[in-house]
Order: sequence, then C-alpha cells, then structure tokens
Amino acid sequence: MKKIKCECGHINPEGTVLCEACGKPIEGNQHIDGNQDNKLINMRYDGTARRSQTYNKSIIDKIWSFFSSVKVGVWLIVIALVASMLGTVFPQEMYIPADAVSRDPAIFYEDIYGILGLIYYQLGFHNLYSSWWYMVLIALIGISLVICSLDRFVPLYKALKKQKAKRHETFLNRQRLFSETETVSKEDIETVKANLKKARYNVRDEDGHILAEKGRFSRWGPYVNHIGLIIILIAAILRSTSLMYTDEYIWVREGEQIVIPGTNGEYYIENKEFIMETHDEDDERFAQAIQQEGIVPSNFQTDVVVYQATNSSIPGAAPELEPILTDSIQMNKPAKFDKYTLYQSGYQVNEFTSMTFKIHETDDPDASALGTFTIDLTNPEAAYELDNGFSVSIEQYYPDYYMNDGAPTSETNYPRNPAFVMMVYPPNNESPEVSFIGIGRNIDATGENNYKLGILDFELHDVSGLTLRVDYTLPFFMLGAAIFMIGVTQGMYWQHRRIWINPKGNGVLLAAHTNKNWFGINKDIEKVLKNTSIAMVVDQQELDE
Amino acid sequence: MDLLSLSSTMLYTAFILYLIATFFFGATIRQNKSDRKKKTKSGTIGITITIIGFIAQLVYLITRWIASGHAPVSNMFEFMTFLGMCMVLAFIIIYFYYKLSFLGLFALPITMVLIAYASMFPTDISPLVPSLQSHWLYIHVTTVALGQGILFISFVAGIMYLTRQIDQTVRNKRNTWLEIVLYTIILCVGFIIITTIFNLMNYNATFEYQEGNRTVITEYHLPAIAAPNEGTLLTEDAMQPWFETPKWMHGADAGRKFNTVIWSFISGTILYGLIRLFTRKRIGAKLQPLLKSVKPDLLDEIMYRSVAIGFPIFTLGGLIFAAIWAQIAWGRFWGWDPKEVWALVTWFFYAAFLHLRLSRGWHGERSAWLAVIGFGIIMFNLIVVNLVLAGLHSYA
Ligand code: HEM
Repeated sequence: MKKIKCECGHINPEGTVLCEACGKPIEGNQHIDGNQDNKLINMRYDGTARRSQTYNKSIIDKIWSFFSSVKVGVWLIVIALVASMLGTVFPQEMYIPADAVSRDPAIFYEDIYGILGLIYYQLGFHNLYSSWWYMVLIALIGISLVICSLDRFVPLYKALKKQKAKRHETFLNRQRLFSETETVSKEDIETVKANLKKARYNVRDEDGHILAEKGRFSRWGPYVNHIGLIIILIAAILRSTSLMYTDEYIWVREGEQIVIPGTNGEYYIENKEFIMETHDEDDERFAQAIQQEGIVPSNFQTDVVVYQATNSSIPGAAPELEPILTDSIQMNKPAKFDKYTLYQSGYQVNEFTSMTFKIHETDDPDASALGTFTIDLTNPEAAYELDNGFSVSIEQYYPDYYMNDGAPTSETNYPRNPAFVMMVYPPNNESPEVSFIGIGRNIDATGENNYKLGILDFELHDVSGLTLRVDYTLPFFMLGAAIFMIGVTQGMYWQHRRIWINPKGNGVLLAAHTNKNWFGINKDIEKVLKNTSIAMVVDQQELDE
Repeated sequence: MDLLSLSSTMLYTAFILYLIATFFFGATIRQNKSDRKKKTKSGTIGITITIIGFIAQLVYLITRWIASGHAPVSNMFEFMTFLGMCMVLAFIIIYFYYKLSFLGLFALPITMVLIAYASMFPTDISPLVPSLQSHWLYIHVTTVALGQGILFISFVAGIMYLTRQIDQTVRNKRNTWLEIVLYTIILCVGFIIITTIFNLMNYNATFEYQEGNRTVITEYHLPAIAAPNEGTLLTEDAMQPWFETPKWMHGADAGRKFNTVIWSFISGTILYGLIRLFTRKRIGAKLQPLLKSVKPDLLDEIMYRSVAIGFPIFTLGGLIFAAIWAQIAWGRFWGWDPKEVWALVTWFFYAAFLHLRLSRGWHGERSAWLAVIGFGIIMFNLIVVNLVLAGLHSYA
C-alpha cells in the first residue's frame, strides 16, 4: 500500500485527506471530500482514508463503494419509504374485512376499488410487505448498513486516537469556528485551560499546543445504532423460520377440552366460560358517548384450564391430563405456560350446542308432541329412533344456513344458524315425509305432510378464538431495539466538541469543531474566553454566504 | 363546578393564554437588533404566559383524567389536544435553549389551530374498548406525542427559514410552494370556522344510504353539498345536496367526510382570498419582513437539532413502545396495519433527513423543505390515516 508522509512526520495510509496527526490537507486528495472549492474543510470523517474512496478497480471495490455511499443508503431508505406508503393505499390481504362480499383477493380488489384495485392486486401490492422485492429492498439496506459502517468505523477510530494537539495552520484557519489573536499572556492561557476543565473538557497540552475535547464517544453513536438495526434485521430473518416462531389460531367452545395445536399433543385446553362485558350505559361519565356511538365492549375474557399430558409419548395410550394452569385470558393480559403464550383474539357468541325437536300431527291445533328427540350439534347422528315408533333421519345439515341464489348453503361449518332437511318415518311403515326446519323456518316440501316438526328447546354456547404464540426471536428484537436506542441517544444527545489553541508568534490561533450543535460549542467558547484577551471565534460559514 | 366542566374551562383558558402570548412574541419584532440578543422584556412576558397556559392545559389533562378514569389520549379530540400540549412543551424547552422569541410567533398559532381543530371532533368522554385498556396506552401515546411535538419545532423553524429566505420579488416555484403550505394551514382554519358556525346554529341533516346490504343513517352537521352515494335526505327543511359522493370513495361515512372537505376548501379559500385582498401580497411576502433580523443559520440549527432530539423519542414511542404494546395486546408486535406503516414511513423519512444532513448541500433551504414535508407526514398519519385508511387504530 502506498503511504503518504506528512511534513509533521506522520505516515498516513493511502487515500487520507487530512493528515491523521496534524490535520494538514494532503495535496492531491482534496477532491475526495470536496475540499478544493471550499474555504472550509469537510470534517465529516476527520479526513481519514476510507476504503470506498481509495480503491476503485476490481468489481468488489466497486460494489463496496456502491454500498458504502450514504447517497445510495438514502436512496434505499427513500425507496423503502415510498413502497411502504403504496401498501396502505388499499387494505392488505390480511385486512380484507370479514364482512366483505368476497374475501377472495382476486375478486375483492376489483369489486370494491375498480380498475385501480385490479391493478393493485395484479402487481401483488395486496401482499406487499411479504413480497420478494420488498424483502430484497430491506436486505439491501442491511448490506449497505454493514458495509458503510465497516468502511468508516476503523479509519475514524484510528484517526481520533492518533490526533495530536499540534495542528497545521491551514487545518485551523479552515475550520468553521476560528479566531486569531496577536498577543496573549501566559495567564490568559492558564485561565482558559482552567475554564475548559471546569466545562468538563478533556484538556491536552503538548508543548503549549492545546486540544480540549469532549464527548468523543458520541462519534460512535451511529455505529452503535446501526449494529442495533442489523440485529433487528437478523431477528427478522430468524423469525421467518418456523424453528423460532409458532403461530396457531384455535377456536374452543365453552365446555370443550381440546388438544392445543402446535404443542405436539403435550398440552390441552378447556374453555370454562367466555365472558363479554360492556360498559354500563348508565355510567354518568360515558352516558353521552355511548348514546352517540352505541354500546362499547369493556371486556373479552376466556376462563381456561390448561392441562399437560403426562404420557403423551406413549403411542395409543389415552393421555393423562394434569391441570397446570387456571387463568382468565383477557385482551392485554395473555396467559403464559411453558414457552407458550395464549392471547384472547376472537369470539363467537351464541352458537347452538343442541336442539330438541318434537313431532306432532299437522292438523293438531295444540301441536301436542307425539315424540321428541335431541340433536347434539357438536356430534349429529344420521338418524334418531323415537320411543313411539317414529324415526327421523337427517338428509341435509346446514350448520350456518343461508340462501345463496335460491339454493340452501352453509356459510361456515359452525352451528350458528342450523337448518336441516329431515325425513320423518312414521310408525307402521307409512311412507316417509320430507321436512325442512331451521330457526324461524319450517317448510313442508310437498304441502301434504301428515306430521310436522317443531323446535322445543335449544342450548347455546360461546366460542373463544385464542392465538397461541411462541416467539424465540423476541429477545433479539429487544436487544436490537435497546442497542439502537443507546446508539441514537449517544449520537444525538451528546456531541463531540473539540477546541484547538495553538501558539503562533506571541499570540494564538483558536479553532473549534463539533459534529453537531454549533450553538452549544459557541456558548462554551464564549464562557471559556471570558475575561481573557483571546478573541472570540468567528463563524466562517456564515461569512461564506 | 364539576370536574369535567372545570377541565374544559382550563383548556379554553390555555387556548386564550397562548393567543395572548403570541401577541407578546409578536411585539418582540419591534426591538432593534442589538437588544434582541439579550432577553427581551416582551419575550419574557410571552414565555411566562405560555408557561401559565401550559399549566392550565396540564390541569385540563389531569382533571379530565380523574373524571374519566383513564388518560385522556384515547380519541381524536383527546390525542390532538395532547399533541398540541406537547408542541407547546417542546417550544418552551427550545425557547430556553435558543431564546428565540420569534419561534413563538409561529409555533403558538399553529398549535392553536391544532387544538381548535381537535375540538371539532366529539369531545365526550368515551369508554375504553378492551384493546386500549393497558398502561401501555399512556406510555406509548405520550412518548409518541412528545417526539412529534419536538419534530413540530423543526417544521416551525423550517417554515420560518423558508419565509425568511425565499425570494418574494417575483412569483416563482419556491414561493408558490411555500404559499401552498400556508394555504393548507388556512384551510384548517376554514374548517374550524365553518364547523363552529354550523354547530352554533345546531344544523343537522339526516341521510339514509345503503352500505353493502345494511341501511345506514348518517347525520351531517354541515349543509350537504355532496350527499352519500345513493343516499336519501330524511330531514325536511335541510338544503338539498348538489351531487352525490362518487362510488369509489369508500370507508365509514365517506360522504359526510367528503362533504366536510369540500366545505373546508370553500371556507378556507374564501378566507385566503380575503387575506390576499387586504394585504395585496402573498402571505409569505407579507410575513417575510418580520423575520429579516433572524439569523438563518440559527433557524437551520434549530431545525436540525429538533429533529436530532425528536427522532430518538419518536422511535422509542412510535416504534418500540408501540411494538411492545401490540405484542401484549394482539400477540404480534408488528402487523403492517396502515397506522403502523405510516409510523415506519415517518421514521424512514427522518432517518433520510439525518443522513442527508451529513452531506454538503442539504443544509438550509433543502433541509427546511424536508422539515415541512416530515411534519406533513405526521399530520397525514394523524388525520388521513385515522379517518380514511382506517385500520385497527382508527379513532373515529
Ligand atoms: C433505516 C435505517 C437507518 C437508520 C434509522 C439510521 C440511523 C442513523 C442515525 C440516527 C445516524 C446519526 C446521524 C447523525 O448523527 O446526524 C446515522 C448515521 C449514519 N448512517 Fe445511518 N441509519 C440507517 C441506514 C443507513 C444506511 C443504509 C447507511 C448506508 C449508507 C447509513 C449510513 C450512515 C452513515 C455513514 C452515518 C454517519 C456516521 C458518522 O457520522 O460517523 N445509514 N444513521
């Protein structure tokens, strides 16, 4: 590697813009930081040699320079920003409302949003955030983050370690804050040094050349926060593998006990009761709002017992269940057991558990029962024998009945609105009769039936929707977020301030630099120079304009 | 007096105090340049009144909290007033650091517009739905609002920078855009005025329309220029609508919202027209001389610093706390809900802002435009996303 020797004796790596030790601009390299056309020198990386600015031959060098450029980084961020916005124009597929006419994305978007919706769907924007190109975009940001941090961190670290208090004059007079004083007394220098220490500056005095420095660690802030971001990206990659992440949705009826999917048959859950409460309409505080906007729910809760199967490993054996947790799951209050978390996520009230029917003669005005039978809707049978010789067979069962273009259909498989087509076989081998019966419907297909069905009774239950989650990546996300916050705080709430005071003749040159908050360093200098003969610095950038 | 009416009186008081403080900050313009470096008398009075106003608003917050039993940050009115309060707080903090009285002259009026705008939404105390019943509600919302309040200062400094620096001698692209930004603020004022007028008149027109296979009733509190799509007017003596809201506008109550937007444009444009008529100048040109003595470098610094300070707080509240809460409430810390996406967009935007500041050529005017756009994104998330792209977080 070609080294560059500065007149102060320091040997700089190739590509250095400002000598690491004394800051003298190195001839021939000023274009790198764009210093040649400006009075002030660019201090962003203290003029260190960065790989990206130095080598530019092989393809790897080219890729490296590409990704380490802040300009490219900003472009990537802006593209990600615009893409993210596009994803909110219409709802994402997972947010298609439950009551939409069709939840099939091929139909939904065009139906609701017309031609734009169709284009949106065809471009795949309905699943934008899991599309390959969105992921690639985020990955590119990640690569850019890593490379640009590596590119700058090491050289900057070295430069800040090697810097000397003695600086070249052109370095000083091309700083933004600068002053020159013709004559200065020894006492004044001492006062200033004492003041700087009082202002909690780190003061170095090398043969009368003074460097006062403060908050250098804030320079590492961006690198720290970028590490945090990289950890978050790695966590996101981990999360997409099923090893680290389980997600199951379970419906459990009141009174039902089922194995919890995703736990390898190890855990069972029993739904004791689902509770839905609403805010009291008579509550004085809320009466007005409730009157305006309707009833507001106040609580969704499932009282559950979780069981552990103790011999689930023995195939064929009925599991022995041992209760391990009794809990009330509410929103914002999930239940935890082992490595699992259960969330209250949905509910369905008033499903039918069972229905009891009777048979009576069609023209009996009292409709007195000739026989009764009960259908357990969780487990309906094909046929029912009644005591007095009648039998009934179920020809069709629609758990969630509705008429679709004149044909009876079931909307879901849940007994929310059960309806049946039944064959009634009277005693004595009379010919069977067809009846259609449901809630509020009782149709005699031929109009000539001698016997009629009627609903005597029914039982209802609620169903709870619970989400089961295992997420081993959470600690990584938390770690990444914490490191990010430490990094930004470090970089934003502290600033690296440096003040150089170098002798020249009988007087001094004073220059100062900070990476942000010029107002603050100005105030510092004002305070430090108070009652001395050293001239206050002038902001040369302002004069530039 | 019961707690709730005490609460609203305090909010009203705060509003008036901010108004008075604005005049005192305005009076600092008269002072000549050499005085201005030091603390000025009217500046001191201005900031004192601002602080008293802030305390009054704090009393509003606390009393409303006690009255409702939960932190008053749970609906549009409450959140926006709270944001207004955070903006005032951010202004107070920045004032004590930079001692720039002019900042108050711009920051306070815009805050007042926001608070007045908030009051146009239903102000009844509403009970909390189960998903909002969590301490994370206040932790998350207060941090977000504080972050946004500080970012607001960068918007104010940006507007001031542009007003100060942009050439107003002839019409050009830049001063036209600045004028559009100012016009947008005036549209909000127009909305406030027209809504208040018809509220005082107790105007009401009821419509009935079909939404899917449900029949929905909606109440207009402004005369209907645009009726709901295929809606019929039920109220007898109300103004007949001029046309129907087009079918492709969807979402809850699209017709009424569209009608409100139309009215805001009409009244805001009239207001703007009147201002132009009386001043015979672009508003930007009229304001420019006020700022002649402010150093643009200082405005640039305030603009950048407030982003630097606000960005970490916004990240903490808007992304990290939000994710923690979402994890507890829904079991997923991130769900690409529109509101979440827009928080991410805001975050990306300010990250880009900070990175651009690292390069030459992005200080000063370009930064100022970015600061304005950034706050535009925040407002978009607050208003458009809440009311139009409604998702899980929808308030209204
Ligand atoms: C969304 C992702 C990103 C966030 C949130 C982020 C955040 C930050 C923050 C807060 C700073 C400190 C800025 C300042 O001190 O004014 C910073 C600095 C920096 N960022 Fe990023 N960054 C992101 C992505 C990137 C990318 C993709 C690149 C790659 C080009 C990059 C390159 C840099 C550089 C070079 C610095 C300056 C370091 C220094 O001053 O020594 N950042 N970043």
